[in-house]
Amino acid sequence: MTATDSTAEPRIVVIGGGMAGHRLAQQLTAHGARRVTLLAEEEHTPYNRVLLAEVLAGRYARDIAALAALPAQVECRRARAVRIDREHRVVQCDDGAAVGYDRLVLATGSNPVLPPLRGLFDDALTGRERHELPAGVFAFRTMADCELIDRHLPGVRQAVVVGGGLLGVSAARALAARGVQVVLAHQGEHLMERHLDEEAAGLLRAHLAELGVEVHTECRVRSALTEDRRITGVELADGFRLDAELLVIATGVRPRTGLAAAAGLEVRRGIVVDDRLRTSDPAVHAVGDCAEHRGTVYGLAGPALAQADHLARLLCGQDAPYRGSRLLTRLTLAGPDSAPLDLAAFGETSPAGPGDRVVRLADASRGTYRKVIVRRDELGGERLIGGVLLGDLGTVGDLAGTWEGDEALSAHPLHLLTTQSTTPGGPSR
Amino acid sequence: MNDAATDTHCPYCALQCGMGLRRTDGPVPVAVVERPGFPVNRGALCGKGTNAAAVLAPGTRLTTPLVRTGGELRPASWDEALDRIAGAVTATAAAHGRDAVGVFGGGGLTNEKAYLLGKFARVVLGTSAIDYNGRFCMSSAAAGGIRAFGLDRGLPFPVEDIPRAGCVILVGGNPAETMPPFVRYLRELQENGGKLIVVDPRRTRTAELADLHLAPRPGTDLALALGMLHLVVAEGRTDEAFVAERTSGWAQTRAAAMAHWPEHVESVTGVPLPHLREAVRMFCDAQTGMVLTARGPEQQAKGTDTVSAWINLCLATGNAGRPYAGYGCLTGQGNGQGGREHGQKADQLPGYRKLDDPAARAHVAAVWGVDPDSLPGPGRSAYELLDSLGTDVRALLLAGSNPVVSAPRSAHVAERLRSLDFLAVSDVVLSETAALADVVLPVTQWAEETGTMTNLEGRVILRRKAVEAPAGVRSDLEVLHALAGRLGHGEGFPTEPEKAFDELRRASAGGPADYAGISYERIEAEQGVFWPCPSADHPGTPRLFLDRFATPDGRARFTAVHHRPAGEEPDEEYPVRLTTGRVLAQYQSGAQTRRVAELNAAAPGAFVELHPRLAERLGVRDGEQVAVVSRRGRTVTPARLTTAIRPDTVFMPFHWPGAANANVHTNPALDPVSRMPEFKACAVRLERCEGGG
Repeated sequence: MTATDSTAEPRIVVIGGGMAGHRLAQQLTAHGARRVTLLAEEEHTPYNRVLLAEVLAGRYARDIAALAALPAQVECRRARAVRIDREHRVVQCDDGAAVGYDRLVLATGSNPVLPPLRGLFDDALTGRERHELPAGVFAFRTMADCELIDRHLPGVRQAVVVGGGLLGVSAARALAARGVQVVLAHQGEHLMERHLDEEAAGLLRAHLAELGVEVHTECRVRSALTEDRRITGVELADGFRLDAELLVIATGVRPRTGLAAAAGLEVRRGIVVDDRLRTSDPAVHAVGDCAEHRGTVYGLAGPALAQADHLARLLCGQDAPYRGSRLLTRLTLAGPDSAPLDLAAFGETSPAGPGDRVVRLADASRGTYRKVIVRRDELGGERLIGGVLLGDLGTVGDLAGTWEGDEALSAHPLHLLTTQSTTPGGPSR
Repeated sequence: MNDAATDTHCPYCALQCGMGLRRTDGPVPVAVVERPGFPVNRGALCGKGTNAAAVLAPGTRLTTPLVRTGGELRPASWDEALDRIAGAVTATAAAHGRDAVGVFGGGGLTNEKAYLLGKFARVVLGTSAIDYNGRFCMSSAAAGGIRAFGLDRGLPFPVEDIPRAGCVILVGGNPAETMPPFVRYLRELQENGGKLIVVDPRRTRTAELADLHLAPRPGTDLALALGMLHLVVAEGRTDEAFVAERTSGWAQTRAAAMAHWPEHVESVTGVPLPHLREAVRMFCDAQTGMVLTARGPEQQAKGTDTVSAWINLCLATGNAGRPYAGYGCLTGQGNGQGGREHGQKADQLPGYRKLDDPAARAHVAAVWGVDPDSLPGPGRSAYELLDSLGTDVRALLLAGSNPVVSAPRSAHVAERLRSLDFLAVSDVVLSETAALADVVLPVTQWAEETGTMTNLEGRVILRRKAVEAPAGVRSDLEVLHALAGRLGHGEGFPTEPEKAFDELRRASAGGPADYAGISYERIEAEQGVFWPCPSADHPGTPRLFLDRFATPDGRARFTAVHHRPAGEEPDEEYPVRLTTGRVLAQYQSGAQTRRVAELNAAAPGAFVELHPRLAERLGVRDGEQVAVVSRRGRTVTPARLTTAIRPDTVFMPFHWPGAANANVHTNPALDPVSRMPEFKACAVRLERCEGGG
């Protein structure tokens, strides 16, 4: 198989079988594309990454996180793309195959970022082994990670999770649900500081404590302690040592851009794309975690799916420019016995100046916290610039719609926090 | 004879409430009286039913045929009118082929009329171009039902089963305004301790009754159902034994549901996840559950998949094929059920047989005494048929429908109707569509004629003639008989309804909707008979699927479905969603109800309903004239401000013509399976009118 043949129907090749690539292939066939090839290197059948924490928690069986099989028209190849020859429009694969394309889509996703912990890698080793993590140390990013953690869990009493962002919090909660004592070590001042202010983070921390997760903030892990390349604990920056038979690292992800960069495509933090999701080569597109659109790398499933949907329509001749996603970050923390804690957040976490107004409703006894920040624009109108709902999501639909629409508010923002008298929906009894 | 009331049924919706008509000496020849013995409504009637007799008043209806000459409709004799139709049909078929003559029927026609209209098209005209307005009504529920159960009957159980369910989810239906006597079943459900969940973008009168009201964005009910199924799986509330024993296709359906995780569904629908969880808890905690859909989920370009998603929820939780559980649809038009069973649908033969099935063709052709090969094949669906007027279809015979008001993209449809070489309309009144015709035939209506209807339960009922029609009026059966005679078919079109019904019984025998054992006598003696009823000694079938589903292997079929956006999503130019529906005092295109003084007083005209916050942003005050603008047209109606609607959505009722006609905007994006247009979600913008207010 070499470059494109002369058939009128363009051949679309998608690199990456994660959620964005899978969704794109599915949507392309739904819109009538007949020549779609998906190159996927992951060994697992495609799965819904959003559900990983639920799988780890044991709430979801692994097989039910699988995504629906792709239509038979999609040619699926288990191969890793190693090089893109843009001149001849060919993708070279590690199995020796050369796959020609008319349109190429990079959906290569992201990789976990490992922090510079002493003891994580053994400098005495060389080659591939040098990059192997000690037994009992895992990233938390893929179904493979999830399975490895799961296999390691029997006998684990104590675990340390490094990183108090969305992923770390989810992983810690999942491990606690499995009966493990969990310490969540977070370097920042409070949990999820990209999404939450201090008060909301405090409530989240209290909820995690109820679920059996001990949270340490402003806590830097200095070293992974091992015996025979097996984890035994961690040493904190202040010298304090914690025993652990399991160390999970959730300190962020980095877009996988190597293939694009090597092909000479413009890469900043991610692969740069325009509103038609084109890279600097108009025959090559990028979607999902690897893409950078208008300066933003989303790294979330929702925008990845939205990009895939837009690109499928664009590639099938529809006018469907993608102008960015304004989705809420959502987190649900279910405990085995307690009611789930729901959290939604978006935009800025605190006011930036005197032109910003904050409206808050906090109910300590119910453990709820609701806040929006609005900013006055030049014309005197007010717009939402950030917000949090924690513990009471009654207005989440309205709030999400307002944030997404980015329109001047027509009324006092209080209505975005309380369902009384205005918003339809919700339990009426 | 002044004392004895004639037992009959209401002329309006699919509940077909029993009522009596008693002769009077006043200008309106009959008065409506209670008929408490009929089980569906037990005597209760809504305002439309109570005032039903007003349409019989002299002066309201047509009493003479009209024929267009020199651009004007003028009174004519029946012979002239019928000769003109026969001449136009013959000339059109000769010049452009048989498929150039089309027929458009309606879901309000009796079974006898629907049956003979289909036979007339296939046997006399030999055209494939026949469909009906029920395509705009029931087609998605029908397609979803057949896909899952192998059979489409609106409700697989009598309405009296509803109060005995543990939880009922009513999706996109507003019976408190469209079918008021039905609401007693919802109240009884709650009195029995059952829960009612209503899914509707508006807090309707029905939603106000609910234990839980979910208000998704229009066009996102499919995602909502998938999210509920996801939670059912996640929380281990699947009925594994039922799934294993009585269904097929679960694995792919489960995978599709798992791809719609709850937080994603929340962002698509705008329904907070805690409310979704509550709905799942209510539905799964109940001993038995029912899901009833209406036009909200069905009138979408993904209506069939949306219905399938709700059926999937029923199947996964074991709520089908057992007592007090199951999926059903609340049929809209009076004979929306029977009208879709007996051959006025483009792909169908009587008895719910398929036109492309050789065995079905052979059976029906034998009843009709024709060669099976002479029957045309399947034709275009309703909107596609209307869209082809003036180009492929050059002459149209239309009965029991008013597409100028009720079709999607109605201004375009009106233009297509105007471009016909010839249009004949049979109606009671000079509807907006009749006003465009070359020939208008004044036909008998409810109370002036006898005929059967099949209500939303699949119960075949009888409407008895109670008054003589005014002089000059003929029945549709007489019209078909006369036209068939002029076109060389002197036999085969009985004018006696009972004879037509007896032929229908034979034509339906052995089909899915088998009426063979139903007779006028039995209907009267048994308060209606539920189909299938294959023989005179068969009791009829009030409850379907208790032993097996109507599929080849007896199992109900899951269908894996995925959410997708509406055909037209809001954008910068048209940022607001429009959804449409009905009001309490009017019915469908209003051809009948707009002529009833009491109903007009209650609901005098169209309006656009919007949330105060949207109104404030636009600078619109309550009652002020507002233009609604879409890619397909513009309407001007007063604004009605209410907090009972989502701020991103506006609502217009669709009963009025002209500048107030909501269907100017509705989007003819068609469902790929059912060919249902997308009435329930399109994109508009609102503009203040200069000098309005």
